[in-house]
Amino acid sequence: MIWETVIGLEIHAQLATRSKIFSGASTAFGASPNTQACAVDLGLPGVLPVLNREAVRMAVKFGLAVGAEVARRSIFARKNYFYPDLPKGYQISQYELPVVGRGQVEILLEDGSVKAIGITRAHLEEDAGKSLHEDFHGMSGIDLNRAGTPLLEIVSEPDLRSPKEAVAYARKIHQIVRYLGICDGNLQEGSFRMDANISVRPQGQEKLGTRAELKNLNSFRFLERALNYEIERQIDLIETGGQVAQETRLYDPERDETRPMRGKEEANDYRYFPDPDLLPLEIDQAFFEEAAAGLPELPDAKRERFAAEYGLNAYDANLLTASLELAHYFEATASAGADAKLAANWIMGELTAALNREGREITDCPVSAAALGGLIRRIRDETITGKIAKAVFDALWQGEGTADEIIEARGLRQIRDSGAIERIVDEIIAANPGQVADYRAGKDKLFGFFVGQVMRASQGKANPQQVNDLLKAKLAP
Amino acid sequence: MHTQTITELAAALRVGTFSSVELTHHYLERIERLDPRLNAFITVVADTALEAAEQADARLRRNTGGPLTGIPIAHKDIFCTRGIRTSCGSRMLDNFVAPYDAGLVERLQAAGAVVLGKTNMDEFAMGSSNETSFYGPAHNPWALNSVPGGSSGGSAAAVAARLCAAATGTDTGGSIRQPAAMCGITGIKPTYGRVSRYGMIAFASSLDQGGPMTRSAADAALLLQAMAGFDPRDSTCVDRAVPDYTASLGEDLHGLRIGLPKEYFGAGLDPGVARSVEQAIAELEGLGAVVREISLPNSPLSVPTYYVVAPAECSSNLARYDGVRFGHRCTEPQDLEDLYKRSRTEGFGAEVKRRIMIGTYVLSAGYYDAYYLKAQRLRHLISEDFRRAFAEVEVIMGPTAPTPAFELGAKTGDPVSMYLSDIYTIAANLAGLPAMSIPVAPVEGKPVGLQIVSDYFTEARLLNIAHRLQQATDWHLATPEGFA
Repeated sequence: MIWETVIGLEIHAQLATRSKIFSGASTAFGASPNTQACAVDLGLPGVLPVLNREAVRMAVKFGLAVGAEVARRSIFARKNYFYPDLPKGYQISQYELPVVGRGQVEILLEDGSVKAIGITRAHLEEDAGKSLHEDFHGMSGIDLNRAGTPLLEIVSEPDLRSPKEAVAYARKIHQIVRYLGICDGNLQEGSFRMDANISVRPQGQEKLGTRAELKNLNSFRFLERALNYEIERQIDLIETGGQVAQETRLYDPERDETRPMRGKEEANDYRYFPDPDLLPLEIDQAFFEEAAAGLPELPDAKRERFAAEYGLNAYDANLLTASLELAHYFEATASAGADAKLAANWIMGELTAALNREGREITDCPVSAAALGGLIRRIRDETITGKIAKAVFDALWQGEGTADEIIEARGLRQIRDSGAIERIVDEIIAANPGQVADYRAGKDKLFGFFVGQVMRASQGKANPQQVNDLLKAKLAP
Repeated sequence: MHTQTITELAAALRVGTFSSVELTHHYLERIERLDPRLNAFITVVADTALEAAEQADARLRRNTGGPLTGIPIAHKDIFCTRGIRTSCGSRMLDNFVAPYDAGLVERLQAAGAVVLGKTNMDEFAMGSSNETSFYGPAHNPWALNSVPGGSSGGSAAAVAARLCAAATGTDTGGSIRQPAAMCGITGIKPTYGRVSRYGMIAFASSLDQGGPMTRSAADAALLLQAMAGFDPRDSTCVDRAVPDYTASLGEDLHGLRIGLPKEYFGAGLDPGVARSVEQAIAELEGLGAVVREISLPNSPLSVPTYYVVAPAECSSNLARYDGVRFGHRCTEPQDLEDLYKRSRTEGFGAEVKRRIMIGTYVLSAGYYDAYYLKAQRLRHLISEDFRRAFAEVEVIMGPTAPTPAFELGAKTGDPVSMYLSDIYTIAANLAGLPAMSIPVAPVEGKPVGLQIVSDYFTEARLLNIAHRLQQATDWHLATPEGFA
């Protein structure tokens, strides 16, 4: 039987506000446990929530970025359940009327085609604290620093048909929230958390299969692996006469498997109802327009502009707009180096390789865009050869100054004096009579050997075109 | 000293007839001597009260005092008070010392009031007789074997017995007005949003509102002046100018249109109470008011509506009392579930548990539409009744409670009969309207309250009407025997 996979994602993006969604406490990551939880976050008797305006602005921006209808009136509701890291015994969320309604994003599939993925809704809510089960000798520790951190829960339609599509969609949402500057996107620190609903059904069947919800997917790689594992598990189960249980499963990256979450399996009735402590969230025209005016150029628009303005192909344009930082870096390099194509090649080639080698991000790159631009200018005006440029780049990486300083200090300027090049060419021809004879007898491939010898003798500095021309003339039979 | 109103006390303090320290000592002495009969106080803070009184005296000497500087008051134990136990009448919070002051507490402190202590109340404000308190019932100073009403029973008893110059209360379904009526004092529940709820321990967030409980309408005007106003920490608090309540006292009542809802004078109303209320209304007519019968057709639905909405909100509001971060925790919990179950079983009393269960039920999947949503629709209809009525009349009057204070234990076994004690007061909470209770002629030695309800943010009108009536009559001046 041919099986079709149906996946929907719920993404929790932590909004990059300075204070919490309903209190003035800081949202900074990594503070000592319970030092960033005020009376409101602790749920002390008598405290009340006050909505953070900035969190609303961020949610509105997201709605606009995915072409969604932003609700002019939305409602905060209480989701009631008991858990030690949930101080009030309920989470303030949005239920029936979320701030962001239906929208969509486009993802690029591997075959180059574009697919639209529906976004069902996105709503504002507060995060819970953390339960820590290690180091407490059979007890649990509670850290409420995270309690009350604003989250935007972004729910997709079940439009995704493979783990690869799911990853492309997740990356797209990640890219959008990063472009908007509303989430730091840090997966390790939990700023961008993904849950996946996945089911399988025989190809052609309308009715959806029973789904499992996968949690603890804190990297795009784990998302893909967990989904792959789950597809196999569900298909095996059905094909051997079993049934998929509707349940929540945790992905264990060490064993690369999913397994049912224990303890939280009772059917929860969250008893949602509108939070009487908060008035309906009303977004007026002025606030809406202000948020719209603050929208940056979004990934799709930037990619198209890069292609048009810099003459890049779709693949390069897509790669260079993957993150806002990389796109900025590219534009700054292209402008400093006065050659967009060269800038693109260098960034996607040498620079990316060097970053990967050292596990660095573009934001942490030792070579500034201006410095790389300076190097590209010297390639473009033929002060140095491409071969020498790689050495200059390494020196830039090591912090040995600007491209011009390195070229001067090391004497790397290209030799374009035809007399000087001719002398070297003559020496090489004189030193290799056997090869000269073979070449003249028709072994054309040896031409490369002569070019290499001349370049080596010139320490890579000889102008390659002149070397070619001179060798061609002198080796002619 | 204790026989004087706040206006009189403030004048005496200003001219130095006596000091705030002397006045505070006097009230503390009365509390020590008389409160054992009443159990009106859960906590008395003599030391901090005297310190505050000293500071008040210093301000009075420098002439920098406000209208309440040096006036000893008491807070219902539902308001968080920094450094002072805030029990909410519950074993659950018997050990809870609030780390912050409620918005209303801050404002009264800024106005110069001296806090004598925290008053008794029904547990988490759930009750109409003060009998659900973990600290035992408060007694009615007019009849010690009777209840003072609830939930602000301790505040009402303390003010009636002159154990403090005034007290604060909260009103979710009548908890200021009903005990004010039963103890013969003046109480006003302001418009929802007029007074900050920040630091006021929540029972039913969409209904709760704090307000003053005093000896007279003029005193209530002074206290409300200090309490009212916007607090950015409460999203439901309304940012709207506070009028000068004292300045508008004494306005003429000629032509005032009073509506008497026929539904408030029907079956279930004690005939004596009805007579007292009618007598007071006749007095108002004598002052120029015009009376007409009106109808609030949905008012019979207020009690059932309230007993869906309030428990629903309380079931969620009280979820935070889980034994994890503060409050009562059972000993030696075996696991998480045991911690929750035993801490809450031991920490809450029967009435609180009943309401948590009702609330949990009405919010449950499959019942939400039938109960909670339907109650919200009825709430809207009840508000509409008032909107229509206020197109015809300026105020609505009737009895505050159907009977005078009943005996302790008379209704504890019958929750529904207890709930009906709030039959006339609940609608104002559901609609969010301001409402007041003032003493009228007693029935067999027990006080009776007249309830006045008016349109949103017209507390000044209520206070004025009450004040005019109190100028023309002396019902509010009566003092219970043994507490003179």
